[in-house]
Amino acid sequence: MTNSIEEVEYNDAIFVIGSNTTENHPVIGTFMKRALRRGAKLIVADPRRIELADYADVFLQIKPGTNIALLNGMMHVIIEEELYDKEYVAKNTENFEDLKLVVKDYTPEVAAEICGVDKEDIIKAARIYAKAERAGIYYAMGITQHTTGTHAVMSISNLSLLCGNIGKEAAGVNPLRGQNNVQGACDMGGLPTDYPGYQKVFKPEVQEKFERAWNAKLSNKVGLTIPEIMNEAEEGKIKFIYIMGENPMVSDPDINHVRKALTNLDFLVVQDIFLTETAELADVVLPAASFAEKEGTFTNTERRVQRVRKAIEPVGNSKPDWKILMELMDRLGHDRVYTHPSEIMDEIRTVTPSYAGISYERLEGEGIQWPCPDVNHPGTKYLHKEKVARGKGLLMAVDHRDSAELPDKDYPFIFTTGRILYHYHTRTMTGRVEGLNKLAPTSFVEINESTANKLNISNGEKVRLVSRRGSVETYAKVTDIVDEDVLFMPFHYAESAANYLTNTKIDKTAKIPELKVAAVRIEKLGR
Amino acid sequence: MANIIINGKGYQVEDGITILEACNRLGIDIPTLCHDERLEPYAACRLCVVEIKGKGKLETSCSTKVRDGMEIETHSERVIRARKEILDLLFSNHPNDCLTCEKSGECKLQDYCYEYGIVEGTYIGEKKNYPLDESNPFYTFDPNKCILCGKCVRVCSELQGTNAIGLKDRGFDTKVSTPFDMGLATSKCVSCGNCVAVCPVGALMPKKRERYRAWEVRRVKTTCSYCGVGCQMYLLVKGDKVVGVEPAKSRPNNGLLCVKGRFGYNFINHPDRLKTPLIKRNGKFEEATWEEAYDLIVSKINEIKGKYGPDAFAGLTSARCTNEENYLFQKMFRALIGTNNVDHCARL
Repeated sequence: MTNSIEEVEYNDAIFVIGSNTTENHPVIGTFMKRALRRGAKLIVADPRRIELADYADVFLQIKPGTNIALLNGMMHVIIEEELYDKEYVAKNTENFEDLKLVVKDYTPEVAAEICGVDKEDIIKAARIYAKAERAGIYYAMGITQHTTGTHAVMSISNLSLLCGNIGKEAAGVNPLRGQNNVQGACDMGGLPTDYPGYQKVFKPEVQEKFERAWNAKLSNKVGLTIPEIMNEAEEGKIKFIYIMGENPMVSDPDINHVRKALTNLDFLVVQDIFLTETAELADVVLPAASFAEKEGTFTNTERRVQRVRKAIEPVGNSKPDWKILMELMDRLGHDRVYTHPSEIMDEIRTVTPSYAGISYERLEGEGIQWPCPDVNHPGTKYLHKEKVARGKGLLMAVDHRDSAELPDKDYPFIFTTGRILYHYHTRTMTGRVEGLNKLAPTSFVEINESTANKLNISNGEKVRLVSRRGSVETYAKVTDIVDEDVLFMPFHYAESAANYLTNTKIDKTAKIPELKVAAVRIEKLGR
Repeated sequence: MANIIINGKGYQVEDGITILEACNRLGIDIPTLCHDERLEPYAACRLCVVEIKGKGKLETSCSTKVRDGMEIETHSERVIRARKEILDLLFSNHPNDCLTCEKSGECKLQDYCYEYGIVEGTYIGEKKNYPLDESNPFYTFDPNKCILCGKCVRVCSELQGTNAIGLKDRGFDTKVSTPFDMGLATSKCVSCGNCVAVCPVGALMPKKRERYRAWEVRRVKTTCSYCGVGCQMYLLVKGDKVVGVEPAKSRPNNGLLCVKGRFGYNFINHPDRLKTPLIKRNGKFEEATWEEAYDLIVSKINEIKGKYGPDAFAGLTSARCTNEENYLFQKMFRALIGTNNVDHCARL
């Protein structure tokens, strides 16, 4: 997030696109609802009629995979009606003419046709967003999990820059991060192109810096992303995989493909707190301590580094992940020993400029939001304050492109996936909480009332979903939340995992799979 | 700034704040059952009354703003008498079951009755007699213990924005209720438990799997391990078990949690937890020591590295683990194995 969670309440307009905030970031959802109590306007764009849609001034029930067309359509109106922040655009951005040229074609009629919404709603949304003094955009995987994910994020940035909503309080571009420490895992260099602090592995000066800091010879070759790792494992080029705290056998697209990849290895190590579907395929399983059993830090979606504190001893013979890694690294020739995670943080800050001022001592209060370049820096509430980080905000004109797989005669429905309030990711944890299972016991597919009627499918009936990659059986949930040609399924449930159906096609830049759009058919089972 | 006199002593306080806020900041303790600084002043419980010179009746300090020159008595005889009367009235219509009540030890009514010397309710008459609402899997609502402070209703509407509960009827019959009094399970309730967190008495209580008394648990502040909001919370620990979770009133969540953070903690001490390293032999997992597991991993790393080079390795680090662990994981792959094939589920 460019801005902070506490600022959400003070937005004059909130634009939620591709995020079911009240279910997936429930507490941020409460801040949004409080903003509405203060009089903020709300625009919601989502293929499903989510809870926030009920409170929206405009709800755009867009077809999955049409975010860019909608955003371009809104920008068309904003430019046409001269509602954009002319001063900000002139002073702080580049490439305005290119953007103008591209969005010129996206008249409300054209955008409405692509998105499957009313053109008046696009116009209304554009006006609400552009006329608000402080407008924030909030998005999640509904924007990014597409083959056009990177372009959709650029499009959001365009809209925000166009209206001068960057670098000020209670506005901004705010991706809502899904996992407790997905922000931190990225910050710490858990990415094939980046050392900690997003320093690129292919830059000689960076390589040299880390070779000195770590006293080791390092590779400047960009590594592989998870989808590429799975492909190369299936092809036999990757021989050894070490998985810490992840469950790709439920969370990754095309599970049949993931299984082939992970069973084609010479050696698989899985480190986790439960024997997950992925751990079952391992050669060695290492028992890790849970968050309640260790010290450390997580970085949340607003870049706030916060303490994790040990409440109980690790259960059984399990060990905190940092200790396991340290002991293993010791045997591989690592030259350092840490007696406490705070000492690892002390090393992190010497090589990570955005964490340079962060120490356990300073985190005692309410944590610190990076960038925090030195020990006297208070942290950063919102980004791009004086000017955009790169100097001027680059407007990137992008066109709508269809999803990789569209419905056809054999697979006539658009299949989309997501999370629900009562479970988390692959249910490793929430699946072991009785009350949550009571509230959300089984997997289901949301199917529109009239579609169900046509196919003679009744609520609660068992159905089969089939895509080009696999099939699953699940229960029909007949509802008006989704459109007639759309089916939605939560991906949490391993026993009928939505990811047997999803597409592995990825965005060329971000390498993110298109989990939000696949073509499927639905079959009545008659039982 | 306003110059005011409290209990005969002069203070300078900020303009526009309430008497209760001023007293809180000055360290003068005023009892209240219905006040929460995150909510609009409500003045329902009347326990925070104070005497203001020149005013005929006592005023509720939570809803009266300070004025320059104000002279306030927070613990005069008249004030104490009024508070005792209120507590007597409340306790007369409250089950006298502190011995077995789960809230005992952290109940505001119990604390104040103790402080003001209320041993029993002196008003004799009809008492509330409602069935319990046990329909929610995580908490119970006992209307008989409810003192109608309205905090749960206001948190649900003003902060949580769910509006699942409201106050129904008037006078003696007033009750916190769901639509048509059909119970929490049929309402819009999302089981966040934010109502439970603010209940000053034992009316809204978590369903406990482990029995514990308030004074038996340690509270450890930490960060929630579910989504990316990073809510701050306390783990309640009894012995070697996490037996409950309570929200912390600090950034970013300011005292709120969702159902997963608040009630999704039973995985921690679940019997399915992995407790020892496992090595697969002939397709079956066998328990192993850490030494055996490390030795096997290191020998496989050396063997495969020798045969195929470092780029035959890949590591999936974890968005669920700490920063320190992610740092070590990528350092291990880059500095010790020699490849940049490190990624995690940021895209999934």
